[in-house]
Amino acid sequence: MNLTDLCKRSLFWVLFILGLSGPLHAEETEARRILSKLILAHSEEQQAVTEELYDHGDQIIKEVIEGWRIGKVSVFDQDGNPIALLKRGEDSYEEISSGNSFLRGSESKINRASRKLRKKLRNVVDFLDLSSNDPRERIDAAMKLGLTQKPDYVEVLQERINRQKDSEVKEAFEVALNISLLKNSDSSQKLQAVKDLGESASFPARDFIEALRVEASESDDDGASDLEEACAVALEKIDSEQKRVEFYGSLLRGLSTGSVLLLVSYGLAITFGLMGVINMAHGEFIAIGGYTAYVVQGIFASTYGIGSSGYEWYFVLALPASFFVTAFFGILLERGVIQFLYNRPLESLLATWGISMIIQQVIRLKFGAANVAVSSPQWLFGSYEFYRVSMSYNRLFLIAFALFVIIATWLLLNKTSWGLHIRATMQNRRMASSLGIKSSRVNMMTFAYGSGLAGLAGAFLSQIGNVGPSMGQTYIVDSFMVVVVGGVGNLLGAALSSLGIGVIDQGLQPLLGPVMGKITVLFAIILFLQLRPGGLFPARTRSLDD
Amino acid sequence: MIAALKPFEAKSERITFLSMLAVLVVMLLLNTMVGEGSALHLPAYTLGNWGKYLCYAVLAMSLNMLWGYTGLLCLGQCLFFALGGYAFGMHLMLMTVDYGKVPEFMQFMGYHELPGYWYPFYNPFVAILAVMLVPGLVAFIFGFLAFRSRIKGVYFSILTQALTYAAAILFFRNETGFGGNNGFTNFKYLFGGDLRTIDATRWLFAASGILLLLVYWIIAWLLTTKFGKVQLAIRDSENRIRFSGYSTTHFKLFVFVLSAIVAGLAGALYVPQAGILNPSLMEPKIGLDIVVWVAVGGRGTKLGPIIGAVLVSALKSYTTSAYPDYWLIILGGLFVFVVLFMPDGIVGLTKKTWAKYRKKEVPA
Repeated sequence: MNLTDLCKRSLFWVLFILGLSGPLHAEETEARRILSKLILAHSEEQQAVTEELYDHGDQIIKEVIEGWRIGKVSVFDQDGNPIALLKRGEDSYEEISSGNSFLRGSESKINRASRKLRKKLRNVVDFLDLSSNDPRERIDAAMKLGLTQKPDYVEVLQERINRQKDSEVKEAFEVALNISLLKNSDSSQKLQAVKDLGESASFPARDFIEALRVEASESDDDGASDLEEACAVALEKIDSEQKRVEFYGSLLRGLSTGSVLLLVSYGLAITFGLMGVINMAHGEFIAIGGYTAYVVQGIFASTYGIGSSGYEWYFVLALPASFFVTAFFGILLERGVIQFLYNRPLESLLATWGISMIIQQVIRLKFGAANVAVSSPQWLFGSYEFYRVSMSYNRLFLIAFALFVIIATWLLLNKTSWGLHIRATMQNRRMASSLGIKSSRVNMMTFAYGSGLAGLAGAFLSQIGNVGPSMGQTYIVDSFMVVVVGGVGNLLGAALSSLGIGVIDQGLQPLLGPVMGKITVLFAIILFLQLRPGGLFPARTRSLDD
Repeated sequence: MIAALKPFEAKSERITFLSMLAVLVVMLLLNTMVGEGSALHLPAYTLGNWGKYLCYAVLAMSLNMLWGYTGLLCLGQCLFFALGGYAFGMHLMLMTVDYGKVPEFMQFMGYHELPGYWYPFYNPFVAILAVMLVPGLVAFIFGFLAFRSRIKGVYFSILTQALTYAAAILFFRNETGFGGNNGFTNFKYLFGGDLRTIDATRWLFAASGILLLLVYWIIAWLLTTKFGKVQLAIRDSENRIRFSGYSTTHFKLFVFVLSAIVAGLAGALYVPQAGILNPSLMEPKIGLDIVVWVAVGGRGTKLGPIIGAVLVSALKSYTTSAYPDYWLIILGGLFVFVVLFMPDGIVGLTKKTWAKYRKKEVPA
């Protein structure tokens, strides 16, 4: 595609989009057409035409119907073709069907709706939300009416159900209607409503059915026992559906918690698992990543202004920025301290603990002791509903990104010559260096990569929690556990164990509460290590002390 | 038992022990005998602080038994310290109210009656027994599981850290019944005496000093026995000693439990002197602090942990008040410096310097 072509195409799209968002879009014209038809129709047809309005929720419907009531609607006879008009001002008239102004409006004849029609029209205006063009709004409006259980609304809902084309909306209308019928109908209808609600496993209906069951059990009417039984069946269905949704919900939360753990501990799996360096400053590297995201956000905010479309993309830059900034700090730490301590793992623990105290305090002095807020970009807000299980984009993105990190790291280690050098060096430093690998350089870069991953994790944590000087401390114990459970030196093990721990943790939380859940997981891990002291995938070695 | 009376082989060690005793006695005398106006007078506040430092020193010695002499780096030593503290704290809390009454902090949590397991703690000697039993039992169970499956080195360290972390979040909960994050405070009486008087400060200082000397003596004696030799051998080459037919699991378990008991005793003496006890004492960072004390003083030396604990705690309390913004940086920098340039801590450095000066080998 050459450049001219490209320009033409983009021009087309620009115009197309502009056209879409023009002042009169398709929906509104359709509503106007129906209004005009309604006004001009014979009185016996008007009832049916009114119902066509149930498909539209435009403001113009309200304006015209109000106008009709107070005598602002008139009909102009243009050579036998009647035209419906709406009086907008002293001498200005508007053609209802098109919205164009009409010059000869003063010659028109005022039109009024019949009394019978007026009641129906008031319904249209009062329940305009029920006809909204946005299916979400329709559903909400219907549920709101249904939940009040007022007898007046039964008819309103009944009239509109069959006009709903979207199956989801229709179902919601049915649920809303059935909920109102639970109170406002005879026992056989109630029985049917309960059965239907059970079939559609509606959560909001649960309390009403429960109430009805109690009521039925206390009454001695003929159908009461049937009704009670039907209620019990329906409740069971609703409960099992609720359990299913909760199960998948917590599975998803578990996966995303696991992804956080994975991002946090993957860096550690490299520096600790592969290299054998106990980096207690790993948590502070996470904080550095979080603060990098904060700084990048600040720069974007001052350049593009908060809320502008340029600002929205700060996160895309914050991710690599936090990776590289943290990797740079990792290099500093490796060159400055750790390279002297490869043979003394327990002492690297002490030195890096000191470093972590220093980093924490420097962050406090620079950014203040209070947490700072990093806002999520707009495109990570919101959620996607799949069979009633809602998944927030934030979490989905997190899971996807964790997968990306696993794959990228695997490729790096297994498909590049650099990865080969890393694996050789980690297996046997001295042997590798005697074969010509610059092991000191490999150490440095590997440590930098592991640290960079911590920084990435920090940037992510900034999206789901606060960024503070001690944000990494929360995760450090967990991530060491993940690495140990996974099998030290095994990245796949770390991935599986973090996802597993995440899912188990989220699964236990509703049962035991967050604290007891966490404690149970910790003790489960300690017991698990009884069975498999080497973790999920123990490193195979012939060496005695490993 | 005769050997226990002569734990010190070299003359220099006897001198060290006696001079420690002398320092403690002099400190006590400077507080009691010298009038308040005198420049030599040791204020009660300082004496109280030193009482706490002595408890820290005992705690550091308990870790040194594990890390310095057996090669087991325990990052959860603070847990045993805190458990001892809680066991004794229960007695102290009961002493704040009349018999059978519920201590104030429990009333806030909605207890109207004292749970049954609190009653034995009315007896101070039962409490002291619990101070030793509870940490000892926790150490026994955890150590049994850990050593049986041959968890060692870094993995042992990480698991002990996880253990103390789990305990901390457990104790932070109000439902656990030990005062949640407020913990125990406002202690009043112990053995019928009022804890808020200067006499109590002196007695507690003396008790801490005696505990310190006693533990020092026991550790020194253990090292002269066959047990001590096995202990050192486990540190230096566990597999070799295992192949020689020793059950290293049992030896390690014994040392672990013993060190937990010592840490528990230190915690019990610490609580009435600090006047407050809450679960933040169990947080993993405290466990790391203890390791740092030992490293700074000199790991695997008898005197090192004491010097390290006292020096670092004193430095910490000085810098936190003098340079509140920079104390973490100063302390952190100190750790890095010690690890990089003083691998054997202060004691090791002194020995090396001394040896250079004397132009003579000094046995490590």
